[in-house]
Amino acid sequence: MLELIVISTLNGVLFGMLLFLLSSGLTVIFSMMGVLNFAHASFYMLGAFFGFQLTKWIGFWPAFVLAPLLVGAIGMAVERYGLRNTHKHGHVAELLLTFGLAFAIEEIVAMIWGRSPVDYRVPALLDFPAFTIFSTNYPAYKIFMLAVSVVIFVALLLVLRRTRVGLIVQAALTHPHMVGHLGHNVGRVFMVVFGVGSALAGLAGVIAGPALVTQSDMAAALGPILFVVIVFGGLGSLPGAFVASLVIGLVQTFAVALNGSLASVFGPLDSAGGPSALSDIWNVTIAQVAPIIPYLLLVIILIVRPMGLMGTRES
Amino acid sequence: MTTATTSVSGPAANAAGENLRFYGVWLAGMVVLIVLPLVFSSGGSLTSFSLIGIAIVFALSYNILLGQTGLLSFGHAVHYGLGGFTACHVMNAIVSHGWPIPLPFIPLFGGLGGLGFAILVGWLMTKRAGTVFAMISLGIGELVASSSLILRSVFGGEAGITTDRTALPRMFGWTFGPQIQVYYLIAFWLVVSAIAMYALTRTPLGRISNAVRDNPERVQFIGYDPHVVRYLAYCFAGFFAGIAGGLAAISFEIANSAYLGAIQSGLVLFATFIGGTAYFFGPILGAILVTYLQLGLTSVTSVWQLYFGIIFIGIVMFSPGGIAGLVMMHRPLLRAGTLWTVIPSYLVAIVPTVALGCGVILVIETIARHSGGEANAINLFGIAFNPKSPATWIAAAVLVAGGSVIARLTWRRVGEAWDRAATVARDRGYLA
Repeated sequence: MLELIVISTLNGVLFGMLLFLLSSGLTVIFSMMGVLNFAHASFYMLGAFFGFQLTKWIGFWPAFVLAPLLVGAIGMAVERYGLRNTHKHGHVAELLLTFGLAFAIEEIVAMIWGRSPVDYRVPALLDFPAFTIFSTNYPAYKIFMLAVSVVIFVALLLVLRRTRVGLIVQAALTHPHMVGHLGHNVGRVFMVVFGVGSALAGLAGVIAGPALVTQSDMAAALGPILFVVIVFGGLGSLPGAFVASLVIGLVQTFAVALNGSLASVFGPLDSAGGPSALSDIWNVTIAQVAPIIPYLLLVIILIVRPMGLMGTRES
Repeated sequence: MTTATTSVSGPAANAAGENLRFYGVWLAGMVVLIVLPLVFSSGGSLTSFSLIGIAIVFALSYNILLGQTGLLSFGHAVHYGLGGFTACHVMNAIVSHGWPIPLPFIPLFGGLGGLGFAILVGWLMTKRAGTVFAMISLGIGELVASSSLILRSVFGGEAGITTDRTALPRMFGWTFGPQIQVYYLIAFWLVVSAIAMYALTRTPLGRISNAVRDNPERVQFIGYDPHVVRYLAYCFAGFFAGIAGGLAAISFEIANSAYLGAIQSGLVLFATFIGGTAYFFGPILGAILVTYLQLGLTSVTSVWQLYFGIIFIGIVMFSPGGIAGLVMMHRPLLRAGTLWTVIPSYLVAIVPTVALGCGVILVIETIARHSGGEANAINLFGIAFNPKSPATWIAAAVLVAGGSVIARLTWRRVGEAWDRAATVARDRGYLA
């Protein structure tokens, strides 16, 4: 039991940090531009596939640097040539543009790399067990992932808190119009923020690709969870996104590891009536419910606290 | 059906003529629905017409949310799917209990299924509009789609719930075994639902929904609660989506978790938006086009979904009013008699645009064949291109690069010609 708790906590924090790499960009983009970027998870997927392809061509470490930059450049192009032109048609049109992009990117990835998982491997340098606890070998690559996420997190924190750019971004989070009135080139700030957000998503993809499955439906699987994270944490709140990422990461990981069901706790149901909705619920294991837990959390938070954990505004 | 949902009724002198035209359009639509299967009577086209009919009801129900109330939902298929499941369960129950309910009433139960879920979750969902609503609808959609795989006894797991439409009590001696009878059943429900949904846009609720879409704050000032209005609109949308789901359940005799999923929700959004949300007939056009493309493209290319995405992005970027908006844009010019001044520039612009489109198709098909390991020739409008030959790549590159540069220039010319024509039309009093 202790083993399960330690390993699941490690994995959960890791997954949570990965989620934060994605949700931080998403929530900053949302608060500044009012655009919910549906294609954010697609940038994550692009990062994973670029990482895979570049690793094949030039090795993992160059890919580790190049793939996020490439994804960031694509993100900037999307902002410059797509969103900026669509802006005059309103937020719904912008949201729909990113929705269409997400759809198109998934199809393009499936067209080029196929629909089955690609063989994106952990680099040989990191392919060894870091330590052994309770007879479980914990892979070094996961420690590497954790380290990268923490480094990015700290760097992000420093940039946002200590630099002039961070100051503008922070101001734009709460008072986007005022920042424009003060004479900053809001268009360029938007483009750079969009690019950096996409690059972070791409980085998450590059490092998550070998550990998770790199497949053309990975964006569609992760995208909705990202939205849950930023609504749960409170729209436009970076600390909220951080807490929510960890909560969702931990809850998801623990749920998958646990095998209990109502039947195993309270004993089997008197099933004289054959299978019914109640017996389904009674017998389902927590691991099976894991995919819907984030959405249940979403519904609960909306009932209890509609602005999210640390949000300040309603929309 | 050509009346804009936002237009005001004309002067009294014009009323009789307007009325005649209005009913004429609806009657013509019904006649087309009746005559279609007599003209195209093959089994394949009947199935296509049935699918299109279902898609139209579904897209119209979605437009109650998107076009009329301004609610962008990413989980509308939930109501469609639940309507389908309800219909299947009701049909099975009717057969096993021997209730005297004939098949034509089943879509109503589907509608009630969709409505029931809308009543249940709608209040929570419609608290806020805009992006938050979009995200919540996505979350609820995923929640229901994932739950459907857990509640096996209700949703039948991966396989779904099957039923037999011919086992139900007969009406007018129709067994509803042959596809043509199913088609007429769908056509009947299509007409009934379309009339009901059109009538809804004319009620005070429909009008106040438009107001909530445009300016919820002012609606509050005049004493309405936007939340209640959104909730009611959501319930109506859920009801009609359920009817569409019930029709689908009858047509396919099965309901499975794919009905509820994100893909179905995305398709109805595509159809509605591509057709145009500002006019009642927009979603009808969109549903016809998208279903037709879906059926037609699958046999032509393996990456048809990509073309869907590209068409959708193109519409969002260049014509957010959809096809209907594009068509209706020309009405004032047509009335003012200045449309002919624009047409030459259109004809000039179409050439590079088509070239660009062909180039994009060539690029996509070449890449698809290259990564798919196929070598069969690309057949583009009767011209065969060898995907392995550099000549094809050069042709594609020239078409894309040249097409996009020239198309930019020519479309700018269209814009100038359009402005001149619009100015004249405005002077003649045809354009507000």
